[in-house]
Amino acid sequence: MFRVTTEPLSVQQVNDLVKQPTDGAVVTFDGIVRNNFDGRAVRYLAYEAYAAMAEKKMAEIGAEVQHKFAIGAIAMVHRIGTLDIGESSIVIAVAAPHRQAAFEACSYAMDRVKVEVPVWKKEFFADGADHWVNQN
Amino acid sequence: MQITVKLFALMREKAGTDTIPLEVPAQSAVHQATALLVQQYPVLAPYIANTRFSLHMDFVESDTILAAGDELVLIPPVSGGA
Repeated sequence: MFRVTTEPLSVQQVNDLVKQPTDGAVVTFDGIVRNNFDGRAVRYLAYEAYAAMAEKKMAEIGAEVQHKFAIGAIAMVHRIGTLDIGESSIVIAVAAPHRQAAFEACSYAMDRVKVEVPVWKKEFFADGADHWVNQN
Repeated sequence: MQITVKLFALMREKAGTDTIPLEVPAQSAVHQATALLVQQYPVLAPYIANTRFSLHMDFVESDTILAAGDELVLIPPVSGGA
């Protein structure tokens, strides 16, 4: 499953989606909204997506990861809209017969998301300022 | 011919809209369309150099030829994940 949603994410739900009886490992990445950007206090974030393309790109990354690593199922869900500190912005779960492939595939998938998936993050700072990450 | 330009994030805010109908000559390439776009929306000029382009939900190069009715999506540097 590869989805963009405005709803809060459930790590357990994404985890359960990928797990098969043949798998000995599930590695789940839970990306969290941090309370600072280079030490500057962040109040909350907003994520915006080109949702249809984001889902397509996540599915393509999933297929690429399955081709590259000895894994079973992979799922990714990215949340958009306004997120508070401590909330999950993305969950990636990778199941595999053995843990090493699951660890590597999950890390690789996240790196690819950072480059290829059209989602944008806006930070709202405690001092009242805001900015789009990487866009100025 | 007419195409539609879609904007997200900072460029959407700078332009004040997420959808811009744009009249371009037939057989225009993406870069020709964005040059016309910037004439109408000079506020977008500083961002085009760092922008990627999408047609039909795939990234395309700036020399890709457009067709009438195309939706050209401007993709500024992405910052998804955590």
